[in-house]
Amino acid sequence: MKKRRLHNLFIFLVFSFLFLPIIILVIYSFNSSSMNTLFEHFTLDWYKNLFNNRDLIDAFTNTLLVASVSTIISTIIGTISAYGLYKYNFPLKNLVNWLIYIPIVIPEIVLGISLLSIYTLMKLELSLFTIILAHICFSIPFVIVSVRSTLSKEISVLEEAAKDLGANNYIIFRKIILPIIYPAMISGATLAFTLSLDDVVISYFTAGPGSNTLPLYIYSMIKTGITPDVNALTTLMILLVFTILISITIYQSHKIRKAII
Amino acid sequence: MKNKIFKLVFILPIIIYSIVLVLLPLLYVLFLSFLTSDSYGGIIYSFTFKNYLNILEFTYIKMFIKSSLIAIITTVICILISYPFALILRTKSKNFQNIATKLIMIPFLTNSLIRTYGWIILLRKSGVINTTLLTLGVINKPLSLMYNNLGIIIGMVYTLLPFMLLPVCSSVLAIDNSLIEAGRDLGAKPLQIFKKIILPQTLSGVFNGSLMVFIPAIGYFFISDILGGGKTMIIGNLIKNQFLSARNWPFGSAISVFLIIVTFFLVKIYKHFGGKMDDLGGF
Repeated sequence: MKKRRLHNLFIFLVFSFLFLPIIILVIYSFNSSSMNTLFEHFTLDWYKNLFNNRDLIDAFTNTLLVASVSTIISTIIGTISAYGLYKYNFPLKNLVNWLIYIPIVIPEIVLGISLLSIYTLMKLELSLFTIILAHICFSIPFVIVSVRSTLSKEISVLEEAAKDLGANNYIIFRKIILPIIYPAMISGATLAFTLSLDDVVISYFTAGPGSNTLPLYIYSMIKTGITPDVNALTTLMILLVFTILISITIYQSHKIRKAII
Repeated sequence: MKNKIFKLVFILPIIIYSIVLVLLPLLYVLFLSFLTSDSYGGIIYSFTFKNYLNILEFTYIKMFIKSSLIAIITTVICILISYPFALILRTKSKNFQNIATKLIMIPFLTNSLIRTYGWIILLRKSGVINTTLLTLGVINKPLSLMYNNLGIIIGMVYTLLPFMLLPVCSSVLAIDNSLIEAGRDLGAKPLQIFKKIILPQTLSGVFNGSLMVFIPAIGYFFISDILGGGKTMIIGNLIKNQFLSARNWPFGSAISVFLIIVTFFLVKIYKHFGGKMDDLGGF
């Protein structure tokens, strides 16, 4: 009994550690002191401030834009590539199969400076476009790995059967493959979106003067001191994330219940 | 004909992607690492090994060792937290396991820089932890929890822990219960069960996590910048400085090539011990 309580305490401590800084940010978004030191008294001023802080709002919308666009594109390319690599043989296949692991394993900073170098070589001006391209670059392999894990030998049996019944490649992909890989595609997309929102290092090297994203905005403020409207924004982000997660969970359990009935 | 076009649609994007966005940039960095930079940050096209010899300077070697030490300590702490966590999680219900593994990813949805900033509020001299301990009378002068190596390690462990938790949990949760029961029936003691059944099957998960923690930990310059107060440089800071402030791209490239070689070496070891490449990207 005592052991069990100790176990639960350990799990609780690990999660507290993971969530502690976020909880602190949320609490301090309601603090009237602008220094983020002692908790003085409750206020909603930072939320009002937030909506007048154009730079911060811009940085936030840019971050969301980068994450959404790069997720959509890398999910599409990653999904069709996973199927392409599974189904076809082509010259360079071994090389490609090796290269796709590189963005997963090499240090982000190396990926960041290599993209910065190649952008400079190609005289691409740093902008939101270059950040999106960079995020697509590190997201595609994660989508491929996720989708590929569901493509097994048994699927080729289904493909053969469909072919015998007269289905063409398009119909096979659309009607057989896509429904099977769909859950993996969604989890790959979720991962891509999450990694994009979380990224600091690669954005740092591939962003230009006119393309502030959230991490860059915060980085530039951290030495002079961050105002609590950043806390307010974080709180709203957390709220949004939990709302989405809870609605997905409710939706899924609803679907399962429906399937049972 | 139609089939050919169909095939092209499925393989052309990945070929273009892997060559243009992965191979070419890295080859260009390799090329840059053999060039020289002038005092204005321009690149002179003359071949040299100087950048690689520069790495061998005492100050840089010292920095590499320090940076690796920080990364190793971070990795070890992450293992020490993740392994017991996973073993305990095994004893819980399936439902609880699902929710717990989902919760691990949630902090990622707020940017890691924002969370690092959260740590400043907690760790600094007038921060939440010090103020609380002072008021409770546990300490009588504030502890130095950041602007030193302790701050860097706290920040690294915090930021990278999920990358250890996820692979370790998935490998520990995947162990077949009947194996453990069989071991117990045959009279194995808990320690023997751990050594002979659990450990061998989870080593690749631990190694996977170690790669995903150690490699970023030598590069995350923002953590040493913010929580280390810029006093300790890790390899990431050095590369960042060469590219953005010192503007010596060839030297920065040489260090990057060195990191790539180290990474390949670590991945080789991982594969040698039976690790699968696909597991590295699968969260």
